Amino acid sequence: MLSITQEFVDAIYAHARADHPDEACGVIVGPASTGIPTRHLPMRNAAMSPTFYEFDAMEMLKLYRDLDDHDEVLVVIYHSHTSTQAHPSRTDIAYASEPDAHYVLVSTREELAGANEFRSFRIVDGVATEEPVQIR
Amino acid sequence: MPVSTPEIDIRIPTILRPYTGGEKSVQASGSTLAELVSDLDRRFPGMGERLLEDGKLRRFINVYLNDEDVRFIGSLDALISSGDNLTILPAVAGGS
Repeated sequence: MLSITQEFVDAIYAHARADHPDEACGVIVGPASTGIPTRHLPMRNAAMSPTFYEFDAMEMLKLYRDLDDHDEVLVVIYHSHTSTQAHPSRTDIAYASEPDAHYVLVSTREELAGANEFRSFRIVDGVATEEPVQIR
Repeated sequence: MPVSTPEIDIRIPTILRPYTGGEKSVQASGSTLAELVSDLDRRFPGMGERLLEDGKLRRFINVYLNDEDVRFIGSLDALISSGDNLTILPAVAGGS
């Protein structure tokens, strides 16, 4: 289960809406000791695409070094789908490489008419499993 | 005079730690990135396959020599010096 505050849900949605129609991506990190999400870090989508996202390579190196220095982990890795539902695509599953992270997807597709679609998955060994989300 | 091949520290991402017995950081030697990867694969069999495809670095594996993305400094031909460090990070990427 992913337990996350309304504030972070809103922040992810604000980022996704701001970057629409391109996909938005980012992370929420937290202490390795608790795994509770505490810091939201929007990342630049180097692909700048409505159908693809990729963390900027240099920004990502800085992120991982920063995590090491602060003994933090990636609790949530999120990205938006801007014309499809908030479910991992085949490429999302193929490239997922953080088995301990919650992969959050949000959708900003038009049919939702501004409603939220926020879902969380574990992606391990090529299999995506949806998990409940508890918003605190 | 024989030139010694530098042995440097390599930072291993979570997803590849099963190859290193769980170690976050390992060492390998080589004077170019290609030699380094080849030595890494000798010490930790299977690692080479995860980093290379058709003799080139895989598109969705980021490799950094010190603070530089190796793609901008010659990729597999990048020169290694003693005291350098290498970081391997699978790209965080996907598509709808």
